[in-house]
Amino acid sequence: MVSVNTNGKSDALIQVRGLDKTYRRGGEDIDVLQGLNLDVDKGDFVAFMGPSGSGKTTLLNLLGGLDVPSRGTVSVAGDEITHMSSGKLTDWRARHVGFVFQMFNLVPVLTAYQNIELPLLLTRLSRSQRREHVETALAIVGLPDRASHYPRQLSGGQEQRVAIARAIVSDPTFLLCDEPTGDLDRKSADEVMALIQELVSKHNKTVLMVTHDPLVAARAHVVLHLEKGVLVEASKSRESAAAGGGA
Amino acid sequence: MKFAGIIFANLLRKKVRLLLTLGSFAVALFLFAFLAVVRYAFTGGADLADAHRLVTINRTSIIQPIPLSYRDKILGIPGVRRVTHDNWFGGMDPENQREVYPELIVPDDQWNVFLKDRQGAIAGAATAKRFGWKIGDRIPIKTTIYGGGAWEFNLDGIYHGKRPQDDETQFWFQWDYFEEKVPDRFKGLIGWYTVQLDSPDSAVRVAKTIDQDFLNSPYETKTETESAFAQGWVKQFGNIEFLILVIGSVVFFTLLLVTGNTMAISVRERTGELAILKAIGFKDGSILFLVLAEALTIALFGGILGLGLAELAMPVLSNALSGMLPNLILSKTMLAAGLGFAVFVGACSGVLPGIGAMRLRVVEAFRRI
Repeated sequence: MVSVNTNGKSDALIQVRGLDKTYRRGGEDIDVLQGLNLDVDKGDFVAFMGPSGSGKTTLLNLLGGLDVPSRGTVSVAGDEITHMSSGKLTDWRARHVGFVFQMFNLVPVLTAYQNIELPLLLTRLSRSQRREHVETALAIVGLPDRASHYPRQLSGGQEQRVAIARAIVSDPTFLLCDEPTGDLDRKSADEVMALIQELVSKHNKTVLMVTHDPLVAARAHVVLHLEKGVLVEASKSRESAAAGGGA
Repeated sequence: MKFAGIIFANLLRKKVRLLLTLGSFAVALFLFAFLAVVRYAFTGGADLADAHRLVTINRTSIIQPIPLSYRDKILGIPGVRRVTHDNWFGGMDPENQREVYPELIVPDDQWNVFLKDRQGAIAGAATAKRFGWKIGDRIPIKTTIYGGGAWEFNLDGIYHGKRPQDDETQFWFQWDYFEEKVPDRFKGLIGWYTVQLDSPDSAVRVAKTIDQDFLNSPYETKTETESAFAQGWVKQFGNIEFLILVIGSVVFFTLLLVTGNTMAISVRERTGELAILKAIGFKDGSILFLVLAEALTIALFGGILGLGLAELAMPVLSNALSGMLPNLILSKTMLAAGLGFAVFVGACSGVLPGIGAMRLRVVEAFRRI
């Protein structure tokens, strides 16, 4: 269950408490996030919407341990990440977070297989175990026959599916998707969103997604609006999304 | 090596750039090898010198002659075992030459024929090869010195050095034949003595005695160890070692700038990809390792290519320079030093871009792409 008003302790998978992020630009402090509270349970699918500059990507970066808050805490599965050292945070990201980006961000000189294998290179898995994991991820995203293709040989939708396979191959605790359909046509966007929904419904993945597209956001269990650094609205229930809100 | 796939994929990303960078290393290492062998050709004489040998020359310069009559007086000094004498043209003392230079091997049968042949000659293997001579050949040599005209020799033998570095370019012939052919003003004068000692310990004493014995004579002498003589000989050409060091340093500094710039560009082009790697869990050390591994791979392959080409080219160069320089030998030590330099330059060129990549802030990098 997603909650934006919780202030005390909870059993939620992701707990955000009093999160502030302030940037200093040109001698002026800019408050991007202000006192954010958020609880996200395992298996939740949350969409963050809001105008440009509202702090959506900043929030995602903080949740993913890519950035550090000015104040407040982020805890994931009991680990408080806000005070971790850079090295520990990197380890933590490798184990707990799968990233999906708008521009896919695949390494162009590596095949789909090699791109998906990247997070597994940081583990102690043997080559055959890695192969098994990569093939499973490729099968989940529906691209088992594209393993040896380079990104330039794939369509945008296929590239994003490879990126999703890379994000899930190490079985992370949750996925962070930053505008995953922002660079896709409607048909490809629908396919990618169907895949993300499947990850939530079939594989019980927790997904936090930033999007500008209301149709894409409508696929989530909960849509949260960020305006001027504050979570101001929650809409749509898990039940209605589970009922199959299409784009 | 599970990162090998990423490293080689990144290396092959821009094939032309890779080839040019490899080429830079190969050319630099080829030049390094060439400079190293030339340096050794000039300075290696000191390493090859026998501690049992002294060289006595005219105190004014090696160009000025000294009397043959000094030989007996030198032989009378305690500690002197043998004396041989040579001159520029090749005339030498057949009785002692082979014993004084035991590292230059002439088979007994060839040497015995030579001793009995007034016009006989012994050539170094390199010289014989250079001119296509074989034993039994009649060799006419025209000269503008020593009265000019043609001198005719019978090639009775070919000597080989015990060590690859030994000088195989000399041409020896009978001193008596030399005396017979030269004008009167050259008779009884030799170029230099080579003195073989019983023990290297007596070198200083014997050298001092020789020079004192001929002090205030019309032909004062200068005697020094063969090693010191070889070093002094090289100094006549100028500071070759310094010159080679300067050229080598310029080459490597230029290589460092070129490869450093290439690696910096290569890393800058991949800011986004490096940010992704960091985002998905690659630690700073892994990122530094990937960049350094690329630079070192280029350096290693380029270095091997350059040194391999040098190894192939050295016999050709040696042949082309025969007579001007002794054998050009690319030793294992030089090859190892060359590879060491290549790896050092590779590491230096990769370390700054690698640290830059390591320090890359993911959020900043994502903002830029």
